[in-house]
Amino acid sequence: MDGLRPIPLHSMSFRLTDHEGYDVDPETLIGHPSMVFFGFTFCPDVCPTTLSDISGWLDALGPEAQALNVVFITIDPERDTVEAMAEYVGYFHPAIRGWTGSVEQISRAAEEFRVRWEKIPTEGGDYTMNHTASVFLFNSAGRFVSAIDYHEPPEFAVPKIRRALQDKKEGTK
Amino acid sequence: MRKTPIMAKAAALLAFFAMTPIGANAGTSDIDVENAWSRASIGTARPGVAYMDIRNAGDDPVSLVGLRTDVSGMPEIHRTSTDGSGVSSMAPAGDVMIGPGEVVALEPGGLHAMLMRLQAPLREGDSFALQLLFSDGSEVTVMVPILGIAARGPNG
Ligand SMILES: [Cu+2]
Repeated sequence: MDGLRPIPLHSMSFRLTDHEGYDVDPETLIGHPSMVFFGFTFCPDVCPTTLSDISGWLDALGPEAQALNVVFITIDPERDTVEAMAEYVGYFHPAIRGWTGSVEQISRAAEEFRVRWEKIPTEGGDYTMNHTASVFLFNSAGRFVSAIDYHEPPEFAVPKIRRALQDKKEGTK
Repeated sequence: MRKTPIMAKAAALLAFFAMTPIGANAGTSDIDVENAWSRASIGTARPGVAYMDIRNAGDDPVSLVGLRTDVSGMPEIHRTSTDGSGVSSMAPAGDVMIGPGEVVALEPGGLHAMLMRLQAPLREGDSFALQLLFSDGSEVTVMVPILGIAARGPNG
């Protein structure tokens, strides 16, 4: 991982919609520790793997994980409507929320989380997305604590989540 | 109409082949495939995926050059890679060489059989036939069981 890290949640300004149609913004996350990652539901390999990994980590944490916000933000809002997100996240751990929005709002969120994404045309008029696949952890004050790399084994991932859960440091302005 | 003994025998033989999990080689290469699995799809709009371990038990290198299956209008071998800054991307892998005695794993985050243009939804509990096409002209048919969307490996 290079030096790019998300800015503190209280410095972010995105506004999105969750998979149940509720308005959400950075304030939605502050007050509890949070785990946030970006992907898209037309992704056959990386994204279901990340969602399954996260489901496994949450199972391993058990009741400890109840305080955690877990959010999957799409970087493909053209295809990932609120309905598509609702259907998709329903197959994974019930704590996982799916957020989408306009292309502009998604771009803003990606910029604030320092997530890189790129639309790649494929044969036959379709497209796929390259995107940052790391999972970001924030403490309850909204300060970035650490990132879990794509497909990092649970023996590394779970202690990182525990640290975010226990981190009581104030957010930095 | 009553079956003649020969027809019954042929039917039994057909049933036997239909039940064999891993098909025989059509050519000469010595390929074993294990741990095949796929994830259920939501409808047909999104691409499907299949994973497996492919062992070259022969004495010569052989390359996996293509795929064929009724469930996909455009099956392709893809490779996912993640760069130093955590950005994941996916692209056609080209021919995949398997040395003698080597195993190539199609697994999450690496190589995968990408099943574009699904012809029908992949339903959990079903399975489908996937033909692996090799550089020596041989073909291997693999029966791929469809697991849940959230499956992490061949055992669920
Ligand atoms: Cu692919």
